[in-house]
Amino acid sequence: MKAWLRQHRQAIAAAFAKLAAQKSAAALNALVIGIALSLPAGGYALLSSLRTVVEGASLEPQLSVFLRADARRADADALGARLKGEARLREVRFIPREQALKELQATEGLAEIIAALNRNPLPDAFVVRPKTADAGALDALARELRALPAVAHVQADSAWARRLGALAGTARLAIALVAALLAFGLVAITFNTIRLQILTQRAEIEISKLIGATDAFIRRPFFYLGTLQGLAGGLVALGILRASLAALNVGVSELAASYGSAFRLAFLEPGDALAVALFSASLGWLGAYLSVSKYLLEIEPK
Amino acid sequence: MISFSGVVKRYPGGQEALQGVSFSIEQGEFAFIAGHSGAGKSTLLKLIPAIERPSGGAVLVNGQNVGALKRAALPYLRRNLGLVFQDQKLLYDRSVYDNVMLPLAFGELGSREAARRARAALEKVGLLAREKANPIQLSGGEQQRLAIARAVVNRPSVLIADEPTANLDAESAAAILDIFAAFNQVGVTVLVATHDEALIGRFAKRVLRLAKGALVQ
Repeated sequence: MKAWLRQHRQAIAAAFAKLAAQKSAAALNALVIGIALSLPAGGYALLSSLRTVVEGASLEPQLSVFLRADARRADADALGARLKGEARLREVRFIPREQALKELQATEGLAEIIAALNRNPLPDAFVVRPKTADAGALDALARELRALPAVAHVQADSAWARRLGALAGTARLAIALVAALLAFGLVAITFNTIRLQILTQRAEIEISKLIGATDAFIRRPFFYLGTLQGLAGGLVALGILRASLAALNVGVSELAASYGSAFRLAFLEPGDALAVALFSASLGWLGAYLSVSKYLLEIEPK
Repeated sequence: MISFSGVVKRYPGGQEALQGVSFSIEQGEFAFIAGHSGAGKSTLLKLIPAIERPSGGAVLVNGQNVGALKRAALPYLRRNLGLVFQDQKLLYDRSVYDNVMLPLAFGELGSREAARRARAALEKVGLLAREKANPIQLSGGEQQRLAIARAVVNRPSVLIADEPTANLDAESAAAILDIFAAFNQVGVTVLVATHDEALIGRFAKRVLRLAKGALVQ
């Protein structure tokens, strides 16, 4: 066990020594891997930030039923009673026009405009949650509600949120595809680096085999080299992402502030950042494994 | 210890390097494999650490049929054999000391014991004072002594040398053979392939003579 640990220590030291001996090449490799990985990692960070916005909005189907401006409170009560008796609705909430105006006044930038109005332009409204999420059934329900007395307009409030959710789902899939393609690229880069390293050390490998080194002993430093290279690339990707988000946030926070929001693009959660680094290191290991499996067997003492 | 029984070695293309060679070497024995260039000496020696596999017959080392060994078992066979080559096969990007340490890197010894063994091996071949030098700075004879130090550092029971004196002057060649004789005196089995008849004549040892792949003496 002690000897095994010592051999691993030596293999790690050998891998670091090789990286140190080829600083420029190692830095360039890490940069290429880092740039490649920063694209899907950035996409993921962007989606994670947007998800907080989407999750803040209700994705459940919801209909707003606006009454005519001239409708009386008695008309609203009658409509409310009818809606509460409707079996297809799960929840019915009445929003009197006075409350709607108060909520609008609380919105940043609108208080002065509303104060300038000499009468409340908002109608009474009901917000209803149907039991079904089926688009066809919702359309049919909206049509029926529109035909009720005193109803001026029916609006499906959750449509935009659902569309945004669907868009985010598509974007996530696209990012996964890009990540998979770039992962192949990373494996190819490591594969080639290790291949060149094996060719450079051909004599040493041949001699080591001749004097009793096992394949595992010979392979080990190359595995560590590939893993370290992948890890370095992953760390570079995280650095690029952090710097890019900091730069983007200057404009994003200004834009969000104009809408009364404190929204900012957030860096990856610690767990996600760790996953990016480990994923990159694993791909480096895989590239090294494939390269070593292919080329090491070809080198035999003569 | 080492036994060849009807060994045939045929290379791709049909060239027959060994034709039904049979002999035995006992533990602690010193033997020369003699013959002209192309007689099959190197091929014969390469069969012992399974660098080459026989096309027919059997090569036994310590009772083990090395021709039938799986690839994964070869390192353990080779660790018990000290191999010395005409071209030394040294690493020229490492120091003399690091070259000798190489076989100990994958062994079970701790760092301190490995260092002690490496220095002891260098001392035996008279190169301890040059442990920090690069092999390229050594003379031909010194490089060959370094190769011997690396071969014996794991304390193998068999020392195999293929033309170890081919590129050396007479004095250096005799010095190398003296080192082999010294190891043989402490019980190491030594097998040396050479075409240098004068050198063979200096030592009263067993001679296995090859001609065109066949054992003639």
